[in-house]
Amino acid sequence: MVVAAGREIADGEVVFVGMRLPLLGFLLAKETHAPRAVGLYENGVIRDLPASEFLVTMSDPPNVKGASVCTDMLDVMGLLQQGRVHLGFLGAAEVDRYGNLNSTQVRGNPGWIRLPGSGGACDIASLSQRFVVIVEHERQRLPARVSYCTSPGFGEGGDWRRRTGLPWGGPAAVITTRAILRFDGESGEAYLASVHPGSSVEEVRWQTGWELKVAPDVTQTPPPNQEELRIIRRYDPEGFWTS
Amino acid sequence: MSMREAIARFVEDGDSVVLGTFMEAKIPFSAGHEIIRQGKKDLTLVAPISDMLFDQLIGAGCAAEVRAAWVGNVMMGSAYNFRRACEQGKPRPIRVTDYTNFTMALALQAGAWGVPFLPTLSTFGTDLLKRNPSLKSFACPLTGKPLVAVEALRPDVAVLPVQRCDELGNSHSWGNWGITLEASRASRKVLLVTEEVVSTEVIRSDPNRSWLPGFLVAAVVHEPWGCHPSPVQGYYNRDHSAYQEYHRETKTEEGFAAWSKRWVHGVRDRAEYMEQLGADRARSLRVRQDAFAHPTNFGF
Repeated sequence: MVVAAGREIADGEVVFVGMRLPLLGFLLAKETHAPRAVGLYENGVIRDLPASEFLVTMSDPPNVKGASVCTDMLDVMGLLQQGRVHLGFLGAAEVDRYGNLNSTQVRGNPGWIRLPGSGGACDIASLSQRFVVIVEHERQRLPARVSYCTSPGFGEGGDWRRRTGLPWGGPAAVITTRAILRFDGESGEAYLASVHPGSSVEEVRWQTGWELKVAPDVTQTPPPNQEELRIIRRYDPEGFWTS
Repeated sequence: MSMREAIARFVEDGDSVVLGTFMEAKIPFSAGHEIIRQGKKDLTLVAPISDMLFDQLIGAGCAAEVRAAWVGNVMMGSAYNFRRACEQGKPRPIRVTDYTNFTMALALQAGAWGVPFLPTLSTFGTDLLKRNPSLKSFACPLTGKPLVAVEALRPDVAVLPVQRCDELGNSHSWGNWGITLEASRASRKVLLVTEEVVSTEVIRSDPNRSWLPGFLVAAVVHEPWGCHPSPVQGYYNRDHSAYQEYHRETKTEEGFAAWSKRWVHGVRDRAEYMEQLGADRARSLRVRQDAFAHPTNFGF
């Protein structure tokens, strides 16, 4: 997932990095195909060099040292709201067929299970030019419709984003533990674009909570190469994020 | 002023309190623990995130309401006291008003500027917008296009950690800012918690690193290690294991009671907390390699 996340970043892009796996994906992209990518963190850190060591949070001292700018949240969120952020990464407890995300509450037995909430996720989903979701691929985490919409994808599909007041953007991909889903430009519905080695189209469809459409040219996700694995192990030596 | 005196004098039952303006860094844990020891009640907790500090205050029964974008344990995910309060009303029910990071920053900026709201393009189409009464969509009076109004927040108290300050409350802080500037202006009272007290000359030597005039500061608390286990750039690193231990030890109410007994009620102040932590662990968190900024010439 880290490698697939890194591959979504194009060189020179301004990226809202976020936490956990995308943090590693950004470092990987910087060291391979996207050396001129710039990382924005919602705490106010802006970096064009990767941090020198393992990070647990974006505010860890190694992420501040050597930053190009240490500013505040309003400032980086303002850049996001102007449309100057190309790509944002998000996680979620649930993602649905139109790429809407839930990180606030899910149905339990009985009642609701309370989750931590949006953080900056809703802002990034609302205002980045495109966003990429990283999620574990289990049937209950990919329902037809999220039980609470924390962060907007393509809503109910079609031109929903424009109608509802969102200026641009939307999900570009959902990277799961089994596959990569992408979105139809017209309908805004997710489809299966590639399957990771070790999984299959049937398994992915079975683990998805709606009738997942499959691209006619569905491929296998290229596995990580030696160089990519070496970089990940350097930044996550004990496998805290990647084991 | 001691932390005990500052909390006793400036935090009242029912207050809204900002704790955790620098995101995951410089979280005023020692202030939070003193609030718990003094048994403050019915607080409204305000911050984008407060890592696991809000969970501790909620578990101790100090909070009636939380206004936040994210409540949990950043390293470990969900936090158990917050879940127990929301799902079972234990140890007491709390009201949760969900924000996003940006809308929290805007709410405090509106407070800081003395205007009733600020507009944004974020949150359209979400349940957050539907359920948070402080967010409301409206038509822009200039373009007619939809906007979301974020209602101003004017908290009673903001507790803001800094690296160093003088006795008048003029301070230096460095690293990421989070929502500190707007929280400091929006709040009626500011408590500064400082790692070090320095002369006014030190502060005046670098006014660009100084961000809050002393006249806005109600009290200064000199409290080394006041933010542990969160990091203070140039002083100590993040104690990741403390977040893992907390997650492991607070799965049940009894577990949280035992954790509180050891780390909050079992110590009188931060100095005793640090004794409990042990000199070896503190040493392991110290800065391993200094990294000083280039000198800045303010000459003319």
